Amino acid sequence: MKVIQKGMAGTLESSDVLVVVSPNDADDIKLSLQSKVEKQYGNAIRKAISETLAKCGVTGAKVDVRDQGALDCVIRARVEAAVYRAADEKNVKFGGQS
Amino acid sequence: MKLRRSMMFIPGSNAGMLSNSYIYKPDSVMFDLEDAVSLTEKDTARHLVFNTLQTNLYDGIETVVRINGVDTPFWEDDLDMAVRGGVQIVRLPKTESVDDVKEIEQRIEKIEKDCGRKAGDTKIMAAIESACGVVNSVAIARSTPRMVAIALAGFDYLVDMQTSRSAGSEPELFYARAAVLHAARAAKIDAFDVAYGDVNDDAGFLREVEIAKNLGYNGKSLIHPRQIDLLHKAYAPAQKDIDHARQVLQAAKEAQEKGLGVVSLNGKMIDPPVIHEAQRVILLAENA
Amino acid sequence: MSYDKKRAQDYAAQHNLPEFEGVYAKSPQLANTNQKYHRKLIPSLEEAIKASGLKDGDTVSFHHAFREGDKVVMQVMKTIAEMGFKNLTIAPSSLLNCHDGLLEYIRSGVITKIFTSGLRGELGEAISNGVMDTPVQIHSHGGRVHLLQTGELSIDVAFLGVASADEFGNANGSHGALSCGSLGYAKVDAQFARYVVVLTQELIDYPNYPTSLSQDQVDAVVTVDEVGDPSLISVGAARLTKNPRDLMLARIAASVIENSGFFKSNFSLQTGSGGAATATTIFLGEKMVEKNIKASFALGGITGPIVDLLNKGMIEAIADVQSFDTVAAHSLRDNTAHTEISANEYANATSKGAFVDRVDVVLLSALEVDTDFNVNVLTGSDGIMRGASGGHCDVAAAANLTVIVTPLLRARMPCIVDSVNTVVTPGQTIDVVVTDHGIAVNPNNPDLEKRLRDAKLPVTTIEELRDLAIARAGKPDPIAYTDKVVAVVRYRDGSVMDVVRQVTP
Repeated sequence: MKVIQKGMAGTLESSDVLVVVSPNDADDIKLSLQSKVEKQYGNAIRKAISETLAKCGVTGAKVDVRDQGALDCVIRARVEAAVYRAADEKNVKFGGQS
Repeated sequence: MKLRRSMMFIPGSNAGMLSNSYIYKPDSVMFDLEDAVSLTEKDTARHLVFNTLQTNLYDGIETVVRINGVDTPFWEDDLDMAVRGGVQIVRLPKTESVDDVKEIEQRIEKIEKDCGRKAGDTKIMAAIESACGVVNSVAIARSTPRMVAIALAGFDYLVDMQTSRSAGSEPELFYARAAVLHAARAAKIDAFDVAYGDVNDDAGFLREVEIAKNLGYNGKSLIHPRQIDLLHKAYAPAQKDIDHARQVLQAAKEAQEKGLGVVSLNGKMIDPPVIHEAQRVILLAENA
Repeated sequence: MSYDKKRAQDYAAQHNLPEFEGVYAKSPQLANTNQKYHRKLIPSLEEAIKASGLKDGDTVSFHHAFREGDKVVMQVMKTIAEMGFKNLTIAPSSLLNCHDGLLEYIRSGVITKIFTSGLRGELGEAISNGVMDTPVQIHSHGGRVHLLQTGELSIDVAFLGVASADEFGNANGSHGALSCGSLGYAKVDAQFARYVVVLTQELIDYPNYPTSLSQDQVDAVVTVDEVGDPSLISVGAARLTKNPRDLMLARIAASVIENSGFFKSNFSLQTGSGGAATATTIFLGEKMVEKNIKASFALGGITGPIVDLLNKGMIEAIADVQSFDTVAAHSLRDNTAHTEISANEYANATSKGAFVDRVDVVLLSALEVDTDFNVNVLTGSDGIMRGASGGHCDVAAAANLTVIVTPLLRARMPCIVDSVNTVVTPGQTIDVVVTDHGIAVNPNNPDLEKRLRDAKLPVTTIEELRDLAIARAGKPDPIAYTDKVVAVVRYRDGSVMDVVRQVTP
């Protein structure tokens, strides 16, 4: 999917994560992560984000993430939702993003 | 036999509640995409529910997704997510007629085929929320082999009936409760009573539970985790009923071991429905 | 025969005894009417500090009965800093978020050493990040008294906020508009400090009573606008929590206590504060009423639900070291069965008699519990100090049944772990851990495990809980620390239980 606009999903409530995906002129991922569990789970969170972006076929995007201790499944869900919004793609392929 | 006493609602848009509500161990959990989710978050809620369904958090708990009604632009995307996500039951809100059920059934069949899910694997539960739904409930309950339960939903129904909730014996729900339950039993499926809205009123909640339980409802839709414990306790059988059920099952076991075609206890013959009821009592007791 | 003054003088000289030099020689205050009555009433905090003889390097102390509503610590330290003192040790019985402002005085060298039970907020974070050269000494409530007894902690001047006092220093925390209830921690300071300053908003006609702090312990009385905001004390509302997880934890905890073997007539209990603890008190109270099991006493930090059980006749007496809400504070004021106890009477290991020695059941919280049942109530999972030792290790050591209540995960962070960041309470003293994913009983208590299993409670093992937490959240990366020690965790007997190191930036 191609990121063509700013797409946001999530909240700043506990156990949630706010993900903002926006266009990036270069073909790379510029990730900025703030997490209250950064020290213990920063690597796991980055991995979940990059895997989800790859699954969605996103190669160029700015991704701003503010995490409040969300579980992996929530992080993936929020990144997916933000990407679909950023790509203005209504036709969601659940279980088979490509 | 599966217990369906408690069906707990969780807003599909609430990450925190999706992440930890399994700890309350309801019999069924209903991830809501309809009333609890604002129009602007229908898409993000689908992603949250889908990803939650991919975890093992709710193992051992029956999963239900409430889709938006067939009169909205959301229901097809909701169904697509739910069926592909592997949910066990789709709950259709505001079911008015067999046509409503047929419409989603055909759609489910197609998605099951597309995603390689076994045909017929996705079950349906119809929520009855109008006078029309109540009078059609027999046909709705029998409309498809996928139908495993029907649920009465009180709020919209009472608006439709031009009345509102009263305290006490709740005459306004008499007919609907009896009619929906009969429809379920006639179709040999389960029935859920209405949700009770005042989460701080335990006494009022338990009063309603007694009505539903005595009528014969399998359980209730619940909007707060604290109601689960109260409900399960209220559905726990009395010790004398447990003792009797054990005797019945013991007699049945002995009869089977001896190769007898007829089961008897204390000189009285026991019918298969009595054995079935005894199994249900023991199941309730074990899960109280 | 007339008075032979010479004979008395000779005897005194020969036997090295003091010679009579006049009625007022050693009590000159009696010679002056103003001095006799009003000498302790000092018009300003600054003058009281001057009168105390405070000097650089000294130790000043405070109590934390007003908790987040405290207004004494910051007021006094501001004045002390303005007067130019440096290199002071502060020894508040605990520190809360409202004391973040102390950081300024640490940076400016006014404060160079701290004794406290707890550290939180920006202050805890800054100290965890190494802002102080000397490590903070973290003590328990009982352990603080022990350190005072051994002299390691020696208070020069105590500044004690009270709800009411008279001009002679008779003071209490329960009578007055700014009522905080028990002055259990202040009582110890009044006993041990070289110089005692009482601060109050309400000056009462002599004699003020009851006397939590007595005139024979107090050197100076200062009136201030406000000593604290009692509305900010409350840490566990008397009403039942709405949080379903806390309710669930509380139901299980109450069942654990009910089936522990200790739930019988004349048992005693400490349940503490917080949503789950308060709810447990309410649920346990229902079982007490239902089975007509009365408790001999309730101990510790006291909340409304405990008071409710006292009023229902289900608890005979309350021993209150700290009142956690206004219900408790008012009960202490009005009910003679609700008594104020000092921290020495409460929890000191070397007290001649501490209430904890006789308590049956205690309910405690945790930030982390490890597979050896060691409990951390001080550092967060990120290694930053954000908690308090409190009476945790004191009462765990002495109680017959110590129950820890904690969720398995706080958001993503596991609370049951391989090894806690900081050991405050040794696992040997913990009997059972109640979580929302099951109960783990310390293997050193097989009888208890059997009783709980027989009661069909969801008993599992601590290792299974740890594994479940990791299954849910993933395995956390370890926290990186430098070698610099930023705090020393002292056990209740003064020994070093653990050290807290600086978190790597």
